[in-house]
Amino acid sequence: MNNLLIAPIITPLLTGMVLIVFQKNVMLQRILSLVALVATIVISVLLMNQIRDGGIQSLQLGGWEAPYGISLVGDMFSALLLLAASIVSVCCLIYAFSSIGRKQEKLYFYPLFLFLIAGVNGSFLTGDLFNLYVCFELFLVASYVLITLGGAKRQLRESLKYIFTNIIASAFFLIGVAYLYSMTGTLNLAQLSIRIAEVGQDGLITTVSIVFLIVFAMKAGLLLFFWLPGSYSVPPTAIAAIFAALLTKVGIYAIFRMFTLIFYHEPQITHLFIGILAAITMILGGLGASGFSDLRKILTYNVIISVGFIMAGLVSFTSAGLTGSIYYLIHDILIKAIVFMIGGTIVHLTGTSNLKNISGLIRLHPQLGWMFFIAALSMVGIPPLSGFLGKVFTTQGVFEAGYYWLGVIGLVASLLILYSMIKLFMNAFWGETILSVEEEKGTTKGLLFPIALLTLASVALGFGAEAITGYVAQAAEELLNPNLYIQAVFE
Amino acid sequence: MKPNDVILKSVTQVAAVIILTFSIYLFMNGHHHPGGGFIGGLSMASAIVLLYLSFGIEKVRENIRVDFKKLAAIGVLIAIGTGMAGVVFGQPFLTQAFGYRDLPIFGTTELASALIFDTGVALAVIGTAVNIILSISEDR
Repeated sequence: MNNLLIAPIITPLLTGMVLIVFQKNVMLQRILSLVALVATIVISVLLMNQIRDGGIQSLQLGGWEAPYGISLVGDMFSALLLLAASIVSVCCLIYAFSSIGRKQEKLYFYPLFLFLIAGVNGSFLTGDLFNLYVCFELFLVASYVLITLGGAKRQLRESLKYIFTNIIASAFFLIGVAYLYSMTGTLNLAQLSIRIAEVGQDGLITTVSIVFLIVFAMKAGLLLFFWLPGSYSVPPTAIAAIFAALLTKVGIYAIFRMFTLIFYHEPQITHLFIGILAAITMILGGLGASGFSDLRKILTYNVIISVGFIMAGLVSFTSAGLTGSIYYLIHDILIKAIVFMIGGTIVHLTGTSNLKNISGLIRLHPQLGWMFFIAALSMVGIPPLSGFLGKVFTTQGVFEAGYYWLGVIGLVASLLILYSMIKLFMNAFWGETILSVEEEKGTTKGLLFPIALLTLASVALGFGAEAITGYVAQAAEELLNPNLYIQAVFE
Repeated sequence: MKPNDVILKSVTQVAAVIILTFSIYLFMNGHHHPGGGFIGGLSMASAIVLLYLSFGIEKVRENIRVDFKKLAAIGVLIAIGTGMAGVVFGQPFLTQAFGYRDLPIFGTTELASALIFDTGVALAVIGTAVNIILSISEDR
């Protein structure tokens, strides 16, 4: 029993509820939400150290023993994601302070933001399939409102697609849950793992696993990303950044959890299938990123490429591959928030997202330019920046497992990332300075600090990779040994 | 032309009282039998919505001066708050406690912390349900 596991969920939830009551007081809303999210960072660091010392932690809500009650389980993988998610959420919140606008702040922006974080954290920590569904719905409902915040025509059009896609995916999620329950009689992840290991993963269960794969692929943007470029380019910058950083990652987390803990018996079918999806995702994402000349489009297609790349590590199902995926996942959460915030700042300054109309920003905004350059190199995987270790280990794992084609496509996709990011950098920051300070549509006042904070975190992740090696290795080991998870739940 | 809603109004005056009473019965019954905070809150919300339908939003708002958004938030706060009580006493989150006390009028009564939790659930459900109907009816 470890009550700390519930804290990352109820801290934002409770604060959000208090903020609804004090809706009019914007200053109080800002302070309280910042305090809550900083507290979440502290809690996740504590949790990480407890898991390092005492193995996987679990909590049975209300004292009802698993599998009858609601279980919360925190392993190193979820704790690492929790930490990365809370760091990003703090920075996005600070960015929102000076960019979101007074009117939106009074229209429940902060409570919704906190509910989104509560749902994401809940998805990372739940040990029960149905509660995974509930947590998904919690952050999705919050995201439905956040994506329409501002009410521009474009936003309403894209949000409609976003909502329909997600409702359909959620319906499939429920269907999958129902199938699984009728076959195994349980929804507790640990017990599901035991039962499927006992009776064997036959064709029917493998089919159900594909249903889950489709659901989470839709949420993660793995091949089924048709909704993603539109939806992620319409909301205000702070919201787009948190979406890009966290929401697809929850889908990725769910795929990892399902296919390492429950459906791991037939990797030649399921994992190969994921591999094919990942390869196509990387190719299409790379084409999109290098083909478009719209800033927001380039960035959203880069989100898609990284989803495919993270999946490659899971496909290999080796210690090196999973280590690489975890490194890359943490790196990607931070870096996607950075590039989306920088992209949003550029649009804010110039009033356009068409690269042809942007030029020479580095003269007036050197910090912005250099931070973008660091982020770009980091995404490509230049050592010693944070993307490097993820790329090395993932590629190593994929080659070890014999998926040469996937490894090669991953490396080619890296080149396409490089091409698209350098294209963006050269177009936006080099060249003749078109806009003088007076002509710019906005200022960077208050916007640079959160970006700098995240860049610092990302650089620290690259240079200090040694410090978290132990944590990541433990996370990979726990993913490869489902028994550790099961023991923690039924101790 | 004003719609003739004499029948609706007269029926509502009686029915609302019955529904409200029944919802409290459902709420209290839920501890050991079918019922509980969710369904009790939902039926209470239906009574309030019925009042809104028959007497108009302005008139009911004058008499029930409650912000339903805040009511829902307070409900959730109460529910999570009782869950936190377990944490304070070193038990898992959401642990419930109960005991038997001699009360003046009721005699020996079972007092359970689950009742407070259920009150929170009921308030959250009432707040949310009424708020949904009000948001739909407001034409903006």
